[in-house]
Amino acid sequence: MSNTVLKKQREKSRKLSNIMQNKALYVMVLPALVFFALFNYWPMYGVQIAFRNFSFANGITGSKWVGMKWFNFFFKANQFPVIVRNTLLLSLYDLAAGFPFPILLALIMHNVPSKRFRRVTQTATYMPHFISVVVLVGMMSCMFSVNSGWFSTIVRALGGTPVQLMGEAKYFRHVYVWSGVWQQMGWNSIIYLAALTSIDPGLHEAAMIDGAGKLRRIWHIDLPGIGETIAIMLILKFGSMMSTGFEKIYSMQADLNLSVSEVISTYVYKMGMMNNKYSYSAAISLFNNVINFILLILVNKASSKLSGSSLW
Amino acid sequence: MKRMSTGEVILNGFFYVILALLIVICVYPIWYVIVASVSDGTYVNSGALILLPVNMKFTAYEYAFSQKQLWVGYGNTILYTLGGTLFGLAISLPCGYALSRRDMEGRGLIMGLITFTMYFNGGLIPTYIVCSALHLTNTRLLLIFLGSVTAYNIILIRTFCSSSIPDELREAAFIDGCSNTRFFFMFVIPLSKAIIAVISLYIAVAHWNNYYNALVYTTDASLQPLQLYLRHLLLMTTGTESIMESDANAEVLRLVQTVRYAVIVLSALPIMCLYPFLQKYFVQGVMIGSIKG
Repeated sequence: MSNTVLKKQREKSRKLSNIMQNKALYVMVLPALVFFALFNYWPMYGVQIAFRNFSFANGITGSKWVGMKWFNFFFKANQFPVIVRNTLLLSLYDLAAGFPFPILLALIMHNVPSKRFRRVTQTATYMPHFISVVVLVGMMSCMFSVNSGWFSTIVRALGGTPVQLMGEAKYFRHVYVWSGVWQQMGWNSIIYLAALTSIDPGLHEAAMIDGAGKLRRIWHIDLPGIGETIAIMLILKFGSMMSTGFEKIYSMQADLNLSVSEVISTYVYKMGMMNNKYSYSAAISLFNNVINFILLILVNKASSKLSGSSLW
Repeated sequence: MKRMSTGEVILNGFFYVILALLIVICVYPIWYVIVASVSDGTYVNSGALILLPVNMKFTAYEYAFSQKQLWVGYGNTILYTLGGTLFGLAISLPCGYALSRRDMEGRGLIMGLITFTMYFNGGLIPTYIVCSALHLTNTRLLLIFLGSVTAYNIILIRTFCSSSIPDELREAAFIDGCSNTRFFFMFVIPLSKAIIAVISLYIAVAHWNNYYNALVYTTDASLQPLQLYLRHLLLMTTGTESIMESDANAEVLRLVQTVRYAVIVLSALPIMCLYPFLQKYFVQGVMIGSIKG
């Protein structure tokens, strides 16, 4: 009995002397912790305004409690089903179209014999990633313009009638998703390419001796070899199902396409920053955040059960 | 040397065709922007421009250069990018290194606190309230701060340090009487050049391309970064026309499209020119990020 107490004490003093010896390490961590405390944890504390009637005059803790008022308000709002549906549809479409392409691209790049050709492809396909959202949307509105865009010229040359692609509800989702594929396909393939290079080349040699062709080796060696990476990327994607980015959607919004382009993040911005409904806006983003968090945990659990890969 | 079967040859050819097509799809729009920006305005407006510049002219650039707000935006963006990168490095580097030390008591807890910020945040309005309580709204300082320190970058640095700074080196240095601080400056920083490059590039590109923070946290036109000016010029349906109509110049009105293209080129130029040389660092960053730490 006294032995364990003694052991605990010794452990404690060892820890303490370690901390004293390495004081500098804690000083190194401190600025970052202060930063996260100010810009991340303080706002998390401020999330309580979702349950209050916030005004700048009364401050976070001085405003009156109103319980679930804003949440009920949101769930009953006409926009609620529309923006949740828009958010989910856009995410799902983006996932379905955007997820397979980087994997295919990586598999192809990894299997072309010419190293130089591979490098040129990499440079070209990574490039769009560095274009800003504003520039991307600006480029599209110039190039897809019915009167002056090259796209319409080509459509006409092929005997079709050009349509207004930008700003119309009908094409909003397609333009959003496929421009995203164009921009991120190359960049997102890097991680799969990295996973492919770490596959044991002995497996390929053995398969070749057994007479397996390239296609069969891609299917039976390369694809399973990057399985874990694919699973993790999928978890991450599902975890952010409800958080479509703000910048691009907001840039592509126009009066005519609001019925499909209004999503949670843009609604939160408009309610909070334009209509000054602070608590209402905070309640909607809290609702969104909680759903995202639950999704991430669920998907992670499911994945570690099914395939043994998980985030933590 | 093994001879390829016919099937293999066809497959390789197929792969080359696909990749060549992808290269064209990725490069053509960017090429078109450059060509259109130096072509005759009337010709661009007619939609006939496809591959090569027509009647090479630089009037669109002359017009863009004469816009004061463009220079204000450019200056601000350079300031935010440089400031944010330096600030982000100064905060993240020591933190990432310290957390890579296996002998640090409580690093699991600190790591947890930092990682949690990746999965949960206060949301727009609570963050705005905090920034205004700190008297940081409508300041240049805030646009430098926001987005320069991220959990992801710290994790990258930690992963890098724990795999490329050997414990033996530290033990040997400590026996010679080296302190933690000295070790950080004398050994860790020189050994971390690659990760410093990666993190700088990530922060710099994010700052260069960001418009959200300026949109939310500033109202003052003199603080506007380039992207916000571009947004006004490119995306507001009447943005360009109204700016240009104030010039009441028919010659200029014909230039609307080409000026848009010219401004795009000007804004993306620095990154597009640097990118091919720095490509390996970006790629390295993704690779380090894929190692589970």
